[in-house]
Amino acid sequence: MNWFTKTFSSTIGRKIVMSITGLFLCSFLVVHLLGNLQLFKDDGGAAFNIYSDFMAHNGIIRFMEIILVLGFLFHIYDAIVLTRRNKAARPIDYAEQRPQENSTWSSRNMGLLGTVILVFLIIHLWNFFVPARFGGLEGVVIEDVEYENLYLRVMESFNVWWYVAIYVISMVALAYHLIHGFQSAFQTLGLDHKKYTPFIQGFGYFFSVVVCLAFAAIPLYFFFFK
Amino acid sequence: MILDSKIPEGPLAEKWDKHKFDVKLVNPANKRKYDIIVVGTGLAGASAAATFAELGYNVKSFCYQDSPRRAHSIAAQGGINAAKNYQNDGDSVFRLFYDTIKGGDYRSREANVYRLAQVSVNIIDQCVAQGVPFARDYGGLLANRSFGGAQVSRTFYARGQTGQQLLLGAYSALNRQVAYGKIKVYPRTEMLDLVMVDGKARGIVTRNLITGKIESHSAHAVVLATGGYGNVFFLSTNAMGSNATAAWRAYKKGAYFANPCYTQIHPTCIPVSGGHQSKLTLMSESLRNDGRVWVPKTVELAQKLRKGEIRVADIAEADRDYYLERKYPAFGNLVPRDVASRNAKLVCDEGRGVGSSGLAVYLDFADAIKRDGLAAISAKYGNLFDMYAKITDENPYEVPMRIYPAVHYTMGGLWVDYNLMTNLPGLYAAGECNFSDHGANRLGASALMQGLADGYFVLPYTIGDYLAKMPYDKVSTDHPAFKEAEQNVMDITNRLLSIKGTRTVDDFHKALGHIMWEYCGMARNAEGLQIAKQEIRKLRNEFWRDVKVVGVNEELNVTLEKAHRVADFLELGELMVEDALQRNESCGGHFREESQTPENEALRDDENFAYVAAWEFAGVDNAPVLHKEDLKFENVKLTQRSYK
Amino acid sequence: MAGSNPNAKPMDLTLKVWRQKDRNTPGQLVTYPVKGVSPDMSFLEMLDVLNEDLLLKGEEPVAFDHDCREGICGMCSLFINGRAHGPERGTTTCQLHMRHFNHGDTITIEPWRAAAFPVHKDLVVDRSALDRIQQAGGYISVNTGGVPDANEIPIPKTIADKAFDAATCIQCGACVAACKNASAMLFVSAKVSQLALLPQGKTERKTRVENMVAQMDIEGFGACTNTGACAAECPVGISLENINMLRREFIAAKATSENV
Repeated sequence: MNWFTKTFSSTIGRKIVMSITGLFLCSFLVVHLLGNLQLFKDDGGAAFNIYSDFMAHNGIIRFMEIILVLGFLFHIYDAIVLTRRNKAARPIDYAEQRPQENSTWSSRNMGLLGTVILVFLIIHLWNFFVPARFGGLEGVVIEDVEYENLYLRVMESFNVWWYVAIYVISMVALAYHLIHGFQSAFQTLGLDHKKYTPFIQGFGYFFSVVVCLAFAAIPLYFFFFK
Repeated sequence: MILDSKIPEGPLAEKWDKHKFDVKLVNPANKRKYDIIVVGTGLAGASAAATFAELGYNVKSFCYQDSPRRAHSIAAQGGINAAKNYQNDGDSVFRLFYDTIKGGDYRSREANVYRLAQVSVNIIDQCVAQGVPFARDYGGLLANRSFGGAQVSRTFYARGQTGQQLLLGAYSALNRQVAYGKIKVYPRTEMLDLVMVDGKARGIVTRNLITGKIESHSAHAVVLATGGYGNVFFLSTNAMGSNATAAWRAYKKGAYFANPCYTQIHPTCIPVSGGHQSKLTLMSESLRNDGRVWVPKTVELAQKLRKGEIRVADIAEADRDYYLERKYPAFGNLVPRDVASRNAKLVCDEGRGVGSSGLAVYLDFADAIKRDGLAAISAKYGNLFDMYAKITDENPYEVPMRIYPAVHYTMGGLWVDYNLMTNLPGLYAAGECNFSDHGANRLGASALMQGLADGYFVLPYTIGDYLAKMPYDKVSTDHPAFKEAEQNVMDITNRLLSIKGTRTVDDFHKALGHIMWEYCGMARNAEGLQIAKQEIRKLRNEFWRDVKVVGVNEELNVTLEKAHRVADFLELGELMVEDALQRNESCGGHFREESQTPENEALRDDENFAYVAAWEFAGVDNAPVLHKEDLKFENVKLTQRSYK
Repeated sequence: MAGSNPNAKPMDLTLKVWRQKDRNTPGQLVTYPVKGVSPDMSFLEMLDVLNEDLLLKGEEPVAFDHDCREGICGMCSLFINGRAHGPERGTTTCQLHMRHFNHGDTITIEPWRAAAFPVHKDLVVDRSALDRIQQAGGYISVNTGGVPDANEIPIPKTIADKAFDAATCIQCGACVAACKNASAMLFVSAKVSQLALLPQGKTERKTRVENMVAQMDIEGFGACTNTGACAAECPVGISLENINMLRREFIAAKATSENV
C-alpha cells in the first residue's frame, strides 16, 4: 500500500472520511430542506414543482448528485468496515455493562441510527427521487409549461398515516445521529479548541434538532392540514 | 576475606573522573559480543538496560510485572535531588554530598556518595531531554522545592508523581532499544536463582509466571536491580509483589548482604485500619512543609478522643502538644524521617496516640489553610488530600489527617564495591537492591537520584571495565551449572507444592511481619531481638511443615509465587535481626534502645561501629559470617546529628 | 482495631467472578458468597479475603492483577458491575473501597474484554499490546549523556502542565475496557500529546504518531467513535483533548511527512 491508501485504511483515516462525508451530508440536508420548505407555500405546489424540475435537470445539480451518492457510499462503506472491526475488537462481551454511566445513548448507537436512516433513505428515494428523476409522475401545467407533479405525490404519500409515522421516526433517528455525529466530526478532524468547541457542540445540537424538526414538520403538515 | 571497596585513590572530588579514565573500555565493535542480564525494571534497572543497549551491548531485561513500566519506582511521590543550584541558595555538589552523608548518619562511603552528588546534575539534564515533564516556573525554567528538611531547594518534582514520570522516562528509553532489537524484555518472569560458572556470575534461572516454565538465561554479566525488602514486614508502602527473592538467592550463592537491619520507617503514612489491611499508603513527606504534627497533651484527652467522647475540634490549643516543634525548634516538623517516626512511636507508646487504634498522630493543616488560604493548600496538596479522603473517608481540609510511620525503604542490600559489583565477579547490584549510598538513613528525594545515577551514569562505565577483561565466549544454558540451578528451583517448587499443609502463605507472611515490626521495627533491643530470632526460626520451620500451596507449577499460580518469596523473607528476616543484634548502637533507621542519650535521642558509637556489616551465607540453619568494611571519613567531621 | 468509621457494619456480599483456566479454555461466571466485609476494606482486600477462604478449602484462588495498591502502577484491572475499575469515577480498582457497596449486593467481576487483551487466567489479561505501541514510537531518541543543560530548554508552564497531565496515564487499559469498540485511542493519544507538546519531542513527532497509530491498528484495537467513555472511566482523568490532538498530529504527519 502506498501512503495514501495506508492513511485512509487506518482506523483514524476511515474516521476522517466518515467525518468529511458526514459534514458534507449535513450541508446537503440544509439545501434539501430549503428546497422542501416550498411545500409550505400555498400555491398548489407550483413553486415546488418548478424547483424539483430544476433539481432533476440542471447540469451542476446532476454533477453534485454524483458527489452526493459517493458521499453516502463512502460514509456507509467505512461505517460498515469500522463497525465490523469494532465488533471483532471485543469478541467476548461483558456479562454486565453500565455504559449509560460514561457515554450518551446516541454516541453508542450510531450504527443502529444509521441503519434506520439508510432504510428510510431507500423508501424515500423509491417514492420520490426515482419517479421524479426517471419518470412516472403525472403531468401538471404551470404557466403554460408542463411539469411533473411531484407535489401531488407528496400530498398523496403524506396522507397515509403509517407513511407519515415512518418519516417522523426516521427524523428522530436522524436527529440523534446528528446530535452525536455533528460535533464528533469536528473532533475526528482534530478541530478542538477551548474557545470554539463549546460553540460547535451547541450549534451541532441546535442544527440537529431544528433541521430534523423542520423535515418532520412536512409530512405532519400535509397529514393534518392538507 | 577482606572486603575491597576498590575506592580510587586521590582527592574526593577527583576520584570518579580519575576512575572513569582508568577503567578499561570495550571496543565499540565488540560490545555487541557481550550479553548483559538486568533483573528489575525500576529506575535503576530500566535506566541501566537502556544505557547498556545504547552503548551496544545485548540486554535481556526481566520483571515480574506485566510491563516494565509498573516497577514500584513508579509510586515515588516527592522528588529527586540534584545539586544544580538553580535557586542560587548555596547548594553545591559538596553540600549535597555532605547532607547525604550526614543524613545517612555517617554509615555510608564518602566516595560513593560524592559520586552520587556529582552525577545528580546529569540526571536532571537526561530526564528533561527524554521529555520528563518536571514542574516549571512561569518563566519556563525548572522549579525546585525544599524537601525532607534540606536547607536548600534542590528537589526537582513532577507534582506528587515524580517517580512515575522518571520511570516513564527510563521506560521510554528502554522501549526505544526494544524497538532497535538491542533489548529483549521478559515481563511476568521472576528470577529464582543465580548461576555461577567458574566463579563468575554467568546467568539466571527464571520462572515464567504465566506458564510456570523454568528457564535459563546466560550472559556475560548479571545486574540485579530488584529493589528493597521492606515487604519482610508484610505491611509496608512497597508494592504487593515487591520481594527480595532475586537478591536473596544471590546471597545464598555467595553474594554478601550488607547492613540488612537498616530499615527506613516513613513518618507520614495512612494508619492501619484493620486486620484485613494488605498494604500501607504513603502520604508524601512534602506535607510536613505545611502540616503541623500534634497529639493531645494528656493521656486522658487522647483516651476520650479514641472512644469518640470528644472530637478533635474540642481539644483546646493549649491542650495540643506539637511535639516536634517543641523538641526540635530549629527543624520543627521537618526533622529527618527517622526522628519524626521515632517520636510518633514515642507519643503513641505513652498512650497519647489518636484514631480508634491509638496508633496515629495528627498532621494538621488548619493553620496553613488560615495562613495561605484553602486554594493555595489545595493547589499544593490536592491530589494527596483526595487520596487520603478516598482511603479514610475523612476530609483533611476539615479534620486533621491521621498519620503513622510505616516501613518504606531498606537502606541495606547486597554489598557492592565502588563499581557496584558484588563480591561475586560479574554480579552487580543497583538501586535500592544494593546497600551503597544511603548509610543508615535515606534522605527524602535521594532514592530516585541513586537509582538513576547507578543505571544511567555509573554502571555503564564500570561494567565495561569488567567485560573488557572477559572473553566473548558464551556459556551454553546446557552447562551443568545451569542444569543444577534449574534443578534447585524445581526442588524448592516441588517441595512447596508437596507440603499441602493447613496455613496459607499470607498467614505466615503476616506472622513474620508482626514479629519484625514488634522486635525489629522503629526501636530495637537485645532481648527483643533474641526473641525475634527464635520466633522467626520457629515460624520458618512451621512454614516448611504446614504451608498450603494449591495448584501446580505449570500455570499462573499466585500462591506459588508468593510462597517462594515468603520462604526467602523468612530467612532474610532472621538475618535482619542478626544484624540489628550485632549493631549495638543507634544510627539512622536503626535505633537500639541500649544506645540513647538522656533525652532519648539516638546515640551513635563511631568508635566501634563505623563499619559496613556484610554477611556471608553459611547455610540456612547456621550463623552467617560477618565481614566488616571499615568506613573512613576524610572529608567530613563525624558529629552527632542534632536537629534541635 | 476498628477503621476510621466506628459505625460501619460488616457486609455480606455475593460475588459473580469470571473464572477461566487459561487462554485457550472457555471461562464462566462463578458465584461466591463473601461474609463480614468491612466497609473500610479496599475492593482488592475483599478479594484477598475471598482467596484466603478458597485456599483454606483447597480451591484455587481467583487470579487478578494488582501490585502497588495505591493507584499508580496501573496493574489492577477489574470490570466491576459493568464499569471499568468499578462505580467510583477517577479511581483505580485498588483505591475503590467497600464503603461504596451495600450489604446484600451482588457484584459482577469480569476481566478487561478486548481481542487485543487475551485472558491469561481468571481476571488476568495480557496487555503487552500497549507496550508494543509504546515501543513503536513512545520515546524521544536521546542517548544517555551529551544532552543540553536542563534549563537550556525553557518550556512555558502551561505547556509543561499540559504535557504532564497527558503523561500521568498509568497504562491500565481501562479506556480500552470501557470503550464499546475496545479502542486504545485515549492511551495512544496521551503519549503522543505529551511528546508533541514538548519542544524535545517535536523532532520526531511525525514519524512517532504514524508509527504508534499503525501499531495500534495492528494490535486489533477498535476505532474511536468519540463516545467519550474512555475519558469518563479513566482513573487518572486523561482528557479527550488528547485524542483530538492525536488526530491533528496524525493528519499533519500524513500530509507532510516524508514517509511514503
